[in-house]
Amino acid sequence: MRTAATKDASTKDAATKDAATKVAATGEVATFEVILKIRRNNPEASGEHEAGAGYWQEFRVKVHSTERILDALHTIKWEQDGSLTFRRSCAHGVCGSDAMRINGRNRLACKALIKDLHPSRPITIEPIQGLPVLKDLIVDMEPFFASYREIMPFLMPSGDAPKRERLQSPEQRARFEDTTKCILCAACTTSCPVFWTDGQYFGPAAIVNAHRFIFDSRDDAAWERLEILNDRDGVWKCRTTFNCTDACPRGIQVTEAISQVKRALATHRV
Amino acid sequence: MSAPAVVPPRFRRPPHSRIHTEKWAWLFMRASGALLIVLIFTHLFVNLMTGNGISAIDFGFVAGKWANPLWKWWDAAMLVLAMIHGTNGMRLLVNDYARTRWVRRTLKSALAAAFTLVVVLGSLVIFTFDPCPEGAAATDLNAAVCASITHTATTSEAP
Repeated sequence: MRTAATKDASTKDAATKDAATKVAATGEVATFEVILKIRRNNPEASGEHEAGAGYWQEFRVKVHSTERILDALHTIKWEQDGSLTFRRSCAHGVCGSDAMRINGRNRLACKALIKDLHPSRPITIEPIQGLPVLKDLIVDMEPFFASYREIMPFLMPSGDAPKRERLQSPEQRARFEDTTKCILCAACTTSCPVFWTDGQYFGPAAIVNAHRFIFDSRDDAAWERLEILNDRDGVWKCRTTFNCTDACPRGIQVTEAISQVKRALATHRV
Repeated sequence: MSAPAVVPPRFRRPPHSRIHTEKWAWLFMRASGALLIVLIFTHLFVNLMTGNGISAIDFGFVAGKWANPLWKWWDAAMLVLAMIHGTNGMRLLVNDYARTRWVRRTLKSALAAAFTLVVVLGSLVIFTFDPCPEGAAATDLNAAVCASITHTATTSEAP
């Protein structure tokens, strides 16, 4: 019995080893060199650049095909130039800290695989547009959050607090399911050409988060929020260019959410 | 070396308006856009595809068309709707791109002036149109329209 078991185990071992070598041979993680062209900005003057003047700097990095832009930025910061400045926190596409403009499109650096970005040519990385740059890839997010605060992104029920949960049917929930996915990374708002030219526009992200409560059956302040968005700088400034929908790393149908808010205002029905 | 001051975010949203101009402007754009598609393409089809097509268009052709009040009002509707639609679009562009108050005001005044000029002149042409001006060569005129005008003129003067 015992010998049989050992024999079994050894054949199993051999099999796994075999499989492992096979995988390594066929699917070995490729490494390649890539050039990152980064838009830099130092608020303090250096020998070469004036204070606050933007300039491009190229870095050559050796990366694995499984790595993301964030990994390459880490490699640069840790091994080549410690002064490179960017925001990141969870590094897994949930916190929304590292939205940046990569090859002309807003993406999360932690979700953008380098191998998908035509790495044979230099990859450009810029801060998101339309917000004041503080340093390198970090922008001042305050205007963005100010708009977010203005639409009152919290549950506003009327009446006394119930003794148990506020129940909701799957259908009621489905109406705002999509907009609950927002991580406030600002990729949508800073891809919006109306926001670029007129910083007074509330922007897609604020409208998405208003949508999340306007169409929530447990909330009773839909019209207060709709009234805030029914203004010159509210939903009517949307030109339906779909940049926001393309930019959203969570796949939220942003333009559709904005249109639903417009429809609620036009038809007086939520 | 001190860091330059970061430009503070500019929040100068105007006080909330009660009349919701932007909402009505948006709704107008949607409605007039749909209507203009019908008006303009019917206009183009009637002028260019029916009858003798584009070669038939001359002073007489217009006189013949405007003898019918339907086409007069059709063209007037096209003129006014297209002008408001286009001017509102330009107004939104000015709002988006003009940074200073002065530029905004100047561009909007110019826009309003252009709008008024085109609508007034256009309406004058449509509603004060004389299909048979005196001294014009008979070959340039629409004989049928002129005949009916002289006919009604003489019959109304008869008694």
